[in-house]
Amino acid sequence: MSNFPFLSVLTVAPLVGALVVAFLPRHRPELAKQVAFAWSLLVLVLSVVMWVSFNAGGDRFQFRESYSWIPNWGVSFTFAADGIALVMLMLIAVLVPLVILASWHDAESSKRSVPVYFALLLVLECTMIGVFAAADVFLFYVFFEVMLVPMYFLIGSYGGHQRQYAAVKFFLYSLVGGLFMLAAVIGLWVVGGKTFDWQALSQVDISTGTERWLFLGFFLAFAIKAPFFPFHTWLPDAGGAAPAGAAALLVGVLDKVGTFGILRYCLPLFPEASKWFAPWALALGVIGIVYAALLAVGQNDLKRLVSYTSIAHFGFIGVGIFAFTTQAGTGAVLYMLNHGLATGLLFLVVGMLISRRGSALISDFGGAGKLVPVLAGVLFFAGLASLALPGTAPFISEFLVLIGTFTVNKPVAVIATLGIILAAAYVLWMVQRTTQGTLNPALTEVDGMRRDLNLREKVVVAPLIALIVLLGFYPKPVTDVINPAVQATMDDIGRTDPAPSVGTVQEAHR
Amino acid sequence: MTELKLPSLDYAALAPILIMLGTALLGVLVEAFVPRRSRHLVQLTLALLAVLAALTMVVLSADDRIITAGQALAVDGPTLFLQGAILVLAAMALLLIGDRSVERGGAFVAQAAVTAESADDRRQAEGRNGLTEVYPLTTFAIGGMLIFVAANDLLTMFIALEVFSLPLYLLCALARRRRLLSQEAAMKYFLLGAYASAFFLFGVALIYGFTAGVPGRAAGVDFATINAAVTESPASPVLLFAGMALLSIGLLFKAAAAPFHVWTPDVYQGAPTPVTGFMAACTKVAAFGALLRVFHVAFADAGWDFTPVLGAVAVLTMLIGAVLAVTQTDIKRLLAYSSIANAGYLLVGVLAPSRDGLSGTMFYLVAYGFSVLAAFAVVTLVRDADGEATHLSRWAGLGRRSPFFAGLFTFILLAFAGIPLTSGFTSKFAIFGPALEEGQAWLVIAGVLTSMVLAFPYLRVVVMMWLSEPGESTPTVTVPGGLTSAALMIGVVATLVLGVAPAPLLDLAAGAAEFVR
Repeated sequence: MSNFPFLSVLTVAPLVGALVVAFLPRHRPELAKQVAFAWSLLVLVLSVVMWVSFNAGGDRFQFRESYSWIPNWGVSFTFAADGIALVMLMLIAVLVPLVILASWHDAESSKRSVPVYFALLLVLECTMIGVFAAADVFLFYVFFEVMLVPMYFLIGSYGGHQRQYAAVKFFLYSLVGGLFMLAAVIGLWVVGGKTFDWQALSQVDISTGTERWLFLGFFLAFAIKAPFFPFHTWLPDAGGAAPAGAAALLVGVLDKVGTFGILRYCLPLFPEASKWFAPWALALGVIGIVYAALLAVGQNDLKRLVSYTSIAHFGFIGVGIFAFTTQAGTGAVLYMLNHGLATGLLFLVVGMLISRRGSALISDFGGAGKLVPVLAGVLFFAGLASLALPGTAPFISEFLVLIGTFTVNKPVAVIATLGIILAAAYVLWMVQRTTQGTLNPALTEVDGMRRDLNLREKVVVAPLIALIVLLGFYPKPVTDVINPAVQATMDDIGRTDPAPSVGTVQEAHR
Repeated sequence: MTELKLPSLDYAALAPILIMLGTALLGVLVEAFVPRRSRHLVQLTLALLAVLAALTMVVLSADDRIITAGQALAVDGPTLFLQGAILVLAAMALLLIGDRSVERGGAFVAQAAVTAESADDRRQAEGRNGLTEVYPLTTFAIGGMLIFVAANDLLTMFIALEVFSLPLYLLCALARRRRLLSQEAAMKYFLLGAYASAFFLFGVALIYGFTAGVPGRAAGVDFATINAAVTESPASPVLLFAGMALLSIGLLFKAAAAPFHVWTPDVYQGAPTPVTGFMAACTKVAAFGALLRVFHVAFADAGWDFTPVLGAVAVLTMLIGAVLAVTQTDIKRLLAYSSIANAGYLLVGVLAPSRDGLSGTMFYLVAYGFSVLAAFAVVTLVRDADGEATHLSRWAGLGRRSPFFAGLFTFILLAFAGIPLTSGFTSKFAIFGPALEEGQAWLVIAGVLTSMVLAFPYLRVVVMMWLSEPGESTPTVTVPGGLTSAALMIGVVATLVLGVAPAPLLDLAAGAAEFVR
């Protein structure tokens, strides 16, 4: 099975599905939803088969395919996945069907074409898979930029309050980052001898000055995409305005492109520059953790609050990447997955709450748990996962990042630990104000609030809860895949883990 | 008396030019002898056939690399590639010019000499058929452009400049609606164009003077002589620099580069939209074809002298085009400023004096021509009772009223913004790559930064069309007849194909990218 062209098929399949869905008659929205859902399940099945045929102990890059595209520029359709990419591809494949299911009625309230909404979701899936599967820098750039278009229309056409503003801001921020990266991509192409092949480029020696400029071009694009402080201001707007399903994908997957890009492109291609810039990146990460957490505490809009928590989490991922230890790196990658699951769940649940109440303001809720106990319970669970409670998957990743960082940089680890406390503050306070306490009398007058989770919604949240618990207790299947890839990345930048300091123990034996 | 020696003429290589100019003369005769009601059909068919015939001749002589007609015309790779580009784009423009289904009687006025805004004028705007003189005028212009990109000495280039400029001045004045705006555009274009021509001619004179300073060589304005003088002349280069500067003013004016761009928005807005499209696509190809030849052949060895100045012009052009595009409220003016910014990007390509730079610039010209013609084709379709509705506020909610055409226009705007999988992206890459290779990193960075600014106005139009609610005054999109549809679809498909599979055209451009000297 390992000869099957998984990656190209996975990339193209959602696009075909999108075309099919887009051309379904507009007056049969149910059919469009069913086709889209079935199609995304098909992609999921294929991804599971790919996961199974991935050899964790084998080559760093597997499923490599390459087809010529623009020979004049040395561009080719080259796909290959390492452990990091594989994990992200699985996350996409799992999240998209759930998002489609969760968004079942979202598009109807917007007066716009329902099939187009689901077609856009599938186009987005195509570009997301492509961006993680690409092993050609040009191809990566193409997906990186094209990804903006479906998301732009998802936010702009189907979003809530201030959707136009949010969509334009999202697009412009990402485009600005992308164009900086374009300059760096062209520069890399020139110094790399007119090839875009990742493996060839990773062998190229670049002079120190050039390397730093190229690193900056890439890093800026990824820092905006992730987003890291201080490039984060678009995310709360976009996350707040996007429909809940699209927001779950935006924060759960799209933003991971930034951190993934740093791991795949910045570190291996520009190792010296990465080390040179690492203190700055660590500083951005730490500031992001504390600053975004503080802002999250002060939010009164549920979706904006979740967006801010994500920025704090991306701070953790950034710290984990730039600590340059295998533990922290593995923790960061694991965090990318777990954050996708936990924040994805949180966004979806919050979306369910908002669609019932008709408002995203926390002050419009209060004691909702008395009306919708199951929903409130799921929100509580998602919140706990998001604050990295032991026993949930994010705990392991956050812990790995912190101990991995502690061995090399104690101050950063200590300040980052503060983020955990703040996380408890914003999550628990949010849960308290929405679902606990005395019942807000206005809630009883809203019809929606009398309906607890229905079967469809339970099907949406159940797999995510199961995965979060499962990976919280038994992350080995995932870490086995991630570890070799992270190890290889650390080798690329020539860092080895510091030896564990067991000196005192040995002395005691003497 | 010494006997005049006649230069030998390679008629096959000159055939495209001869066909276009011959057809233009024939078109004048058609005006005189063919009855009025069948003139439109005859003229359009004649013009399109001529373009096709000329294109065939270009393709047939694709391997020619000669200088003919004395030293006057060079028929080499870039000439043939650019002539082909001009002819293909001109065919699209002719389709737009010939369309009479969108507006009764076509986009052109029936009688240009009637006082604007008078009762007579309103009557003719109601539905009398437009002038058919536009076809000979257009064919003359196309013929001039074909000479312009082939000209191998400055005098021929000047004559070609006049041959294609004069018809354009007239064409600008022939809009059916908003006559005053149209006449103002023509007047402005004519006056400034005349100044630019004068600068050009003065520059030619100075350069002739400079070449006279080389001992043992006859003075001349053909590019080989100029090039030799640049390297060999012991004289002070003041004449050369002054001549180069004046010459550049003439050429940069036609290319719509800052600070010689001020005519562009007014003329683009006032001219009949099909003519605007024709100018944005074909004039740009011709102007940059000439710029490439002048700077890569005649002044090739003075690169150190002109690169900083021309680089500054390029940065200024990109900056002015991008920043002022942000403030525009009229779609035609927005596209005009976008075309100015694109002239800046093209100048970056001109300043990459390598084979890749040359082929990249030629690729960009073709890609941009297709997109911009398609864009103006859509502009002709969005109309209300008073003609085209070009104010941006009127486009609000267009995506709801006519999702198909709004979708096409969105695609073109994304191409202008340089989103991958459109020709806008590949062509930017084709120019920025060689420029960086030639050490012009500052131009590439300026290009990237201005692209960011320029993305905003495009995005604003997309927002207008899709995310705003349609208002009372949102016009409908006229369903176009065959001619406009054909031009539009050719433009959109080319924008897509050149974005997804640019390799064939890149190969063609790379194969053509060498001047004969």
